[in-house]
Amino acid sequence: MRSFRAFVTKEWKHIFRDKKTLLILFGMPIAQMLIFGFALSNEVKNSKIAILDASRDATTQALIHRIDASKYFDIATYLDRKDQVEEIFKKGEVRMVVVFENGFEHKLKSQNEGHIQLIADASDPNVGSTLVAYLNAILQDYQNEILHPSKIPYSFKTEVRMIFNPQLAAAFNFVPGVMAMILLLICSLMTSVAIVREKEMGNMEVLLVSPVRPVLVIVSKTIPYLFLSFVNICSILLLSYFVLDVPVKGNLFLLLTISLLFIIAALSLGMFVSSLAQTQTTAMFATLVGLFLPTLMFSGFMFPIDNMPLPLQLVSNLIPSKWFFYMVKSVMIKGLGIADIWKEALILLGMTLFMVTVSIRKFDKRLKL
Amino acid sequence: MRIIWSIIQKEFAQFFRDKANIRMLLVMPVVQLILLPMAADYEVENIKICIIDQDHSEYSRRLIQKIEVNHHFILVNQTADYREALKMMESDQADIALTLPHFFERDVVLNNEPSISASVNAVNGQRASIGGQYLLRILNDFNREIRLEWIQFPRYNPMPLLRIEHSYWFNPTMNYQQFMVPGILVILLTMVGFTLSALNLVKEKELGTIEQINVSPIRKYHFLLGKLIPFWILSFVVLSLGLLVAFIVYNIVPSGSYLLIYLFASVYLLAVLGLGLLISIYTETQQQTMLLSFFLMMVFILLSGLYTPVESMPEWAQMTTWFNPVAYFVKVMRMIIMKGSGFTDILPHLLSVLTMALILISWAIAAYRKKA
Repeated sequence: MRSFRAFVTKEWKHIFRDKKTLLILFGMPIAQMLIFGFALSNEVKNSKIAILDASRDATTQALIHRIDASKYFDIATYLDRKDQVEEIFKKGEVRMVVVFENGFEHKLKSQNEGHIQLIADASDPNVGSTLVAYLNAILQDYQNEILHPSKIPYSFKTEVRMIFNPQLAAAFNFVPGVMAMILLLICSLMTSVAIVREKEMGNMEVLLVSPVRPVLVIVSKTIPYLFLSFVNICSILLLSYFVLDVPVKGNLFLLLTISLLFIIAALSLGMFVSSLAQTQTTAMFATLVGLFLPTLMFSGFMFPIDNMPLPLQLVSNLIPSKWFFYMVKSVMIKGLGIADIWKEALILLGMTLFMVTVSIRKFDKRLKL
Repeated sequence: MRIIWSIIQKEFAQFFRDKANIRMLLVMPVVQLILLPMAADYEVENIKICIIDQDHSEYSRRLIQKIEVNHHFILVNQTADYREALKMMESDQADIALTLPHFFERDVVLNNEPSISASVNAVNGQRASIGGQYLLRILNDFNREIRLEWIQFPRYNPMPLLRIEHSYWFNPTMNYQQFMVPGILVILLTMVGFTLSALNLVKEKELGTIEQINVSPIRKYHFLLGKLIPFWILSFVVLSLGLLVAFIVYNIVPSGSYLLIYLFASVYLLAVLGLGLLISIYTETQQQTMLLSFFLMMVFILLSGLYTPVESMPEWAQMTTWFNPVAYFVKVMRMIIMKGSGFTDILPHLLSVLTMALILISWAIAAYRKKA
């Protein structure tokens, strides 16, 4: 045990001597949380649109004014001819063109019909369809006003209540998601590199034949990172609570426990990568290029997992951040307890055990050969 | 020139000696490009709805049926208990709980305005608001249907009506893959090129081999160009493979020209590789390089407009996209592939990226010190 402590101390000194790395290690998650917490949102707003108004009468002016007043649209320009539509879309700034037919007001009054055409740049299908829906709603409002309705008979009232997040803040979804991403990548990057560096430098053999068991050699390398990551998670939580206004509705202790569990999972993932990789370059490449996008896409915070084809839904189960995201969301935002997340916690624990076992086997085998 | 050529040869030899490099460079991006776009679909569909029917009338059954056949919704459960529905929402088994009150049918018929309430899981605000709108639309349609059964409307509408038509250009089938594949290809290309160039130089530092180069008669721009060109070429291989995958797997053919894509990529890669070199000049260990690269990559990618629209970001975040090469390339790729934008359309973006490339590479050359 004493020699194990010595090992940990050695690693500890090793890390703390390198001030630059430490600075990056602590500063980076904080900066990322702040940037993404404020900047990321699925919402579509301030979209630039163009107006093609052949009529230029009081009604079209009133409608244009309404559109401009909405937070979803910024009128960027007015067009004169239909063939300018394609031109302006190709430049890429304008997302939609609203076309009022010639003599709009006149036709609306004499024939009771005014035609409006919405042409959306649907190269981004999400933005395209959302903007059409929003503009439709604005026009519908206007329609209802010109109909002057008294009470409509035979109608029912509908109330929609938003639960867990009444203000529809984007951060409620993105903060747990970004947390799951940053932690997984930082932890696994750090450990995988720390272990592989010894391999690359040729020190591994020396370490493995030392009187301390190979398992403990590996573990001693991860302990300082466990501590550092825990400090990171605390700073992230403080930030999200005090700066980003994301609540912690559930038990803080439970939240910290699952975070710790996730950190251990991420560290063991790093261990796992390092048992396979021979050089630091390979290890980093595998972690960064190999894990970044899959983690981003399969965690469930960016893209709903229900929408994916079944095989990919199965793949998503292999991504540790998916389970962590679910648990953080449940505890932090919904205020649920251990009874509702124990299954996910067990899955994460199982993954951790699997990765640790396989990597230790690998290191043991190295020694025997 | 001969010197640069020998450095390039050395880099290639070193690169291909490690089989793991080839696997990572060629196989990993291709596999990801095949799989990941299928996962990228944020259309709000498969909304799981749980209906609490307290009325059990003909009307409530009709409404439930209407919801059931709507392709946005999946009816997961019918229950009489709101608490049970809430439990399902807590565990993500349901997204919406809809309550049809007692005497719903009777109240409609008696003209008493019954109230239907829907609780929506709003952890993801955007999904919640769109999902809520879909549900409202069904309810309104149903309401109109009932109203029509009770009131006889005149044959034609005597009131002024706005006739709204809409059309979706460039992607009439609303295909997400057309939209995501070019973007994901940009990300993969960037990560590969950037990490390769950033790690390479710092590795020489860490292993001490850089000292030998420093004492050799090689000039520093020889050395840096010798480092840059191989990765530039390798990145082109990745790009070409990616475009091939896009064509074979997703049947994506640019409406614009391939030539334009390669032109933009050639400048773009200079900027990305230049940045990679610059970072490796300022860091001492691969670990540091990697952490910094990870930080920059994540910021570049998440703020590039690939996943969330740039215009809905706060102003300061929108401003960062001026200095974000990834944002330019994602945008230009989509413009060329989906809309067939031409040279003049992309020229402003090309010039911005060219400026970045020149600044970064000259900075790298200036900052690299030969400590002989």
